[in-house]
Amino acid sequence: MKFIDEYRDAGSAKKYARLIAKTTTRPWTIMEVCGGQTHAIVKFGVDELLPRDITLVHGPGCPVCVTPLELVDKAVEIASKPRVIFCSFGDMLRVPGSKKDLFSVKAQGGDVRIVYSPLDALKLAEQHPDKQVVFFAVGFETTAPANAMAVYQAFQKGIQNFTILVSHVLVPPAMEAILSSPQNRVQGFLAAGHVCTVMGYTEYEPIVRKFGVPIVVTGFEPLDILEGIYLCVKQLEEGRCAVENQYARAVRRDGNRPAQEIINEVFCVIPRKWRGVGEIPHSGLALQDKYRDFDAEIRFGVAEVCAEESPECISGLILQGITKPYECAAFGTRCTPDRPLGATMVSSEGACAAYYRYRHYRAENPV
Amino acid sequence: MNKENSFTLQCPLSLSDYPHVLLAHGGGGRLMNQLIEKMILPEFENPFLKTRHDGAILPVAGGKVAFTTDSYVVHPLFFPGGDIGSLAVYGTVNDLAMCGARPLYLSAGFILEEGLPMDTLWRIVKSMKMAAEKAGVQLVTGDTKVVDKGKGDGIFINTAGVGVFEHDLIVGPKQIQLGDAILINGDIGRHGIAIMAEREGLQFESTVESDSAPLAELVLKLISAGIQIHCLRDLTRGGLAAALNELAQAGGLTFEIDERAVHLDGQVRGACEILGLDPFYVANEGRLIAFVAAEDAGRALALMQSHELGRGASIIGKASEKSPGQVTLMSRIGTRRILDMISGEQLPRIC
Repeated sequence: MKFIDEYRDAGSAKKYARLIAKTTTRPWTIMEVCGGQTHAIVKFGVDELLPRDITLVHGPGCPVCVTPLELVDKAVEIASKPRVIFCSFGDMLRVPGSKKDLFSVKAQGGDVRIVYSPLDALKLAEQHPDKQVVFFAVGFETTAPANAMAVYQAFQKGIQNFTILVSHVLVPPAMEAILSSPQNRVQGFLAAGHVCTVMGYTEYEPIVRKFGVPIVVTGFEPLDILEGIYLCVKQLEEGRCAVENQYARAVRRDGNRPAQEIINEVFCVIPRKWRGVGEIPHSGLALQDKYRDFDAEIRFGVAEVCAEESPECISGLILQGITKPYECAAFGTRCTPDRPLGATMVSSEGACAAYYRYRHYRAENPV
Repeated sequence: MNKENSFTLQCPLSLSDYPHVLLAHGGGGRLMNQLIEKMILPEFENPFLKTRHDGAILPVAGGKVAFTTDSYVVHPLFFPGGDIGSLAVYGTVNDLAMCGARPLYLSAGFILEEGLPMDTLWRIVKSMKMAAEKAGVQLVTGDTKVVDKGKGDGIFINTAGVGVFEHDLIVGPKQIQLGDAILINGDIGRHGIAIMAEREGLQFESTVESDSAPLAELVLKLISAGIQIHCLRDLTRGGLAAALNELAQAGGLTFEIDERAVHLDGQVRGACEILGLDPFYVANEGRLIAFVAAEDAGRALALMQSHELGRGASIIGKASEKSPGQVTLMSRIGTRRILDMISGEQLPRIC
């Protein structure tokens, strides 16, 4: 299959691995920002092809993982109400809130549906004028344009029974937060390719200047990731730092302008809490005042829910690349995908879930 | 009450974890296995159930028979490549075939929802008739119940089946030997993607058809050719990964699978890539894996490939190590990883 097979070729993968090994003279720690990249690295064993001196740490780019617990609780509360159709992308349904997840709401009679697009949720609202249709608007810059478009269309069409529960977060402020932390060990980034298809990569240029770290916009196939690592290591070894674009087949410097315009039309930037990490300034999106009527938190009056995280879960440290999943005492024992303590274990893109699923036999003797 | 006669009302599955049945309890993954292992097996303990095979092999006067049952709740009722009726016939026929038996007789229990269009029922019955003819079985007994509107999903079907043995071969998880080759009769994931496309209105360039088919003839062809088949398993919910894991655990062996030998139709692959699904966990209804003695692997493959339902057959791996009952996968880029069972249904990813 075009655009897949050539990026999963064993021969080319080994060539890149040799090139990386040849280029590397010192230890380097590189963070892949996106959960999709983490998943691919662990699934394909990309890290096993790397020299010992290269350490990959897994970043905060898993939308399911960083959605705060209280927001899952709010979703559960809204979805449990009568006459509500609660729509969500599939992988949010299994995320445990402080009491239960959305699957349990469904099992107890709640109308919870998996949709593939927020516009499908909008269609449901048109088909069911007697019901309130709520869409769980989770994700990074990647999903923001479609979610914005659903609200924009609802506004244009005057659809009254449609709202979204917003939990949008933005990548660059999180990268800055990681680099600003005194515990930071990240020396270079593989930026999230899909986010950059929407936003481009001009946002990263000031980060490179401020912190002196190379940032390579990287795709999601094994060879994309290997090439991204190579470009990053090469910069580090040469003492350079710049934004480079490995994912040129999908990403332009300016990104997708119409997508950015619809985001700016519907959303505004606010500080947001990241699960396990805490509040990061300018790191999230909320509905503009003009679109407040489409805010599910306001319509259902659930703005004040407070929730406590499991004290044992260290997902915050994992999302910042400070700790590896198998270094957690609960990993694979008290915390498994069946009984996750935190979201990095429950989401298919979460670093803990990826390690458990693809290499849980290594929990005791990690690589 | 003395301890031996006492019984406990306490549910063996921790109620605090799962006070209600979830869809994942029927998803063919870890939760379903827990349900079977903790609730069902201990309560009905007997040697036939304990084998955890697709059907039970029962001693009867003058020989043995294979007996199995399955229920069908598929939605939509009609999908490209099949419908609930043909599925209900083939599914049960295949379970018998996986015991190494020749399927002969089926029962059918219909649970109909009030208001189901009679024409729909008629189409399903006609489809079952054709499927039974194709599979060489007779439907010999049945039952019909109607439930109130809103208490069913149009129609649910249960079928049970009986088959006989025409050979002395014992086929089952415990028979798997170290070094056995693992064969599959074609590409994976068609049924799951066909259903999902129909259910969710996903559009492809051409229609993905379910692989739903009766597998008994293919199996009997291998057996009658003298292939040393040690174990058979048809791939259903939970896909190839679930079948391999169940057998690895039941047989106490480790299987090594080569990802490059597992074939995918281009559109199935495309759908999986777009939706973030792993085809190893996507459902099939006409695929089986066969564990055969290494020296017979080549001949078994040729026999499979010469059969209509095995044209795309390949050898995907082998039973490679004695312990500890797991499945490893050699990835396309030449690294090794675990191929685990997932806990419930696969969920489409956000991005």
